[in-house]
Amino acid sequence: MPKFVELWVYLSATPLFGLTATLVVYVLAQAVYARLSQASWANPVLWSVLALASLLTVTGVDYPTYFSGAQFIHFLLGPAVVALAWPLWDRRFELLARWRALLLAALVGGIAASGSAMALGWAVGLPAEVVLSLAPKSVTAPVAMGIADKIGGIPALAAVFAVVTGMVGALSGKFLFGLLGIGSDRAGWIAQGFALGTAAHGIGAARALQVNADAGAYAGLALGLQVLLASLLIPLLFRLF
Amino acid sequence: MLALRGLAWLLTMQSLGELLSRGLALPFPGPVLGMLLLLVGLRLPLVRAPVAACAGFLLSHLSLLFVPVGVGVMTHLGLLGQYGLRMLAVIVLSTWIGLVVTALVLRSFKSAPDA
Repeated sequence: MPKFVELWVYLSATPLFGLTATLVVYVLAQAVYARLSQASWANPVLWSVLALASLLTVTGVDYPTYFSGAQFIHFLLGPAVVALAWPLWDRRFELLARWRALLLAALVGGIAASGSAMALGWAVGLPAEVVLSLAPKSVTAPVAMGIADKIGGIPALAAVFAVVTGMVGALSGKFLFGLLGIGSDRAGWIAQGFALGTAAHGIGAARALQVNADAGAYAGLALGLQVLLASLLIPLLFRLF
Repeated sequence: MLALRGLAWLLTMQSLGELLSRGLALPFPGPVLGMLLLLVGLRLPLVRAPVAACAGFLLSHLSLLFVPVGVGVMTHLGLLGQYGLRMLAVIVLSTWIGLVVTALVLRSFKSAPDA
């Protein structure tokens, strides 16, 4: 038994642990999600995060040790943002034909999400640096961290807000679009996907991609647009005011 | 091999984007500039086929990439204990507002339903 404890202490301190745990837990969560016919509440990111946070708490492994392994997965967020050029290129003619509507929806939707988050956060009395960390919450995590850093927020907190935002979008999108009466014809899927990519970035887009190809493509586009608009406009607006 | 060449292109564009972002002090983060550069680069068949192979794989597993950051929630338990419910309420409401506003604006452009 002491031998086992010793081995565990060794393994849990190596990067191998964080990387393996992340991948294995996610693969399991994904399998459960598929088994439950992709029910919104079974979202694999949500359950992976909860399972891993519990695992780390129970085993006493601290977050930096975990991250020394998980960073290899985290690192791929950068190339994934670059890869968003592909869905844009793939649908370039369609997008160019409707660029006015899409740009306006991205701009208004993005401002509504970010502005309402900051206004509500301020109204319920959150500390200033927390309110600032809410500003970039609709953009994908690595970009949100960069923006938060520029405007005086807390980058790590901004990343968490972005992930929670993504999960909220992925979890409640179906219900919300049902209420609005946005149907499952092609125009409906496009509106759903674009809204998910705008307000719930990569996690919303992943959800959109699973339910419908048109929704997925427009979510990818919206996510790319939101990254561009937010990284240009949020720091600019904060410099002005 | 094709996908590996695709990854090499993605990383090259990201690196160039990073250089531009820091070198010229541009407001866009490196990966965003990398995305714009790649959008131009995709005109070349040499870039297109490998990137298609790699981007498809990477983007279809996008949600996995958010897990490590998400687990970081546990490092903010202090803030969460104090403001957790309020922060959650703010995030939920503002996300709903964002989703509804975006979908409605796009829906109001009914002029091109089949575009």
